[in-house]
Amino acid sequence: MTMKASSRQVDGVTIVDCSGRITLGEGSVILRDTVRDLLSKGQKKILLNLGEVTYIDSSGIGELVSAFTTVRNQGGELKLLNLTKKVHDLLQITKLYTVFDVKDDEAVAVKAFR
Amino acid sequence: MTGGCCGDEDIPKPFAMTDLRVSYTLDSTLETVDNAEQTAGRIAAETGFDEDEIIQISMAVREAAVNAVLHGNAYDPGKKVRLEFERTGDDLVITIRDQGKGLDPAKIPNPLEPENLLKTSGRGIFLIRSFMDEVQIHPSQTGTEIKLVKHVRGSATGGKEDSQ
Repeated sequence: MTMKASSRQVDGVTIVDCSGRITLGEGSVILRDTVRDLLSKGQKKILLNLGEVTYIDSSGIGELVSAFTTVRNQGGELKLLNLTKKVHDLLQITKLYTVFDVKDDEAVAVKAFR
Repeated sequence: MTGGCCGDEDIPKPFAMTDLRVSYTLDSTLETVDNAEQTAGRIAAETGFDEDEIIQISMAVREAAVNAVLHGNAYDPGKKVRLEFERTGDDLVITIRDQGKGLDPAKIPNPLEPENLLKTSGRGIFLIRSFMDEVQIHPSQTGTEIKLVKHVRGSATGGKEDSQ
């Protein structure tokens, strides 16, 4: 299943609902382009909802890291929402779980943005 | 499995196949990466691994295939990836071989080190080692061979690795 990403606004935060596979190739490119597009519009509070992401590989992990640092370097914030067990486990073993701000409740996550 | 060696058929015949061994010669494409992952998942399921192990095996094979296609063969259409599955005793042994310059495992930085945590690449071999019971990396001037072993009956000691 190809990755899909759609954006919506909640209280000044852009929530990106992601689904499918974030892997080398199309999935990683879609995520990268989505984040770049949001930043170009000045939307720097980004909540990536990964609840429907079925699979992620090392390239996808790299893309998440890239998105995180790119947003931060532009003075914004990127948080993760609704990790599946697979993605959660991957972020744990790569020691990235504590790097990202991970939330499991959308309302709480939105309020956590400064 | 699609995306075979010569592009002349959707489902290439295995190079050789018995009850215990099957191998493929594949193009250096992203399609090969996806196909290697899917084939690994299917064979792991047929071998009797549980759901978590199947995911680990298919992901390890995907990462090894990415290394072979991207970093080894660099998408060179003249270079092939050889993928082999073998059931040996209580092990599933998977070998991925490319025709690149040779990957030196000693030069792969530890992605868990603080200075590497925010790097956007370099986690593939780490994930492979995390998911398989044994990993052997054999670089040479004619390419790199990565051998992945998963014990069938939960006899894994976990994290064993051997780079040569």
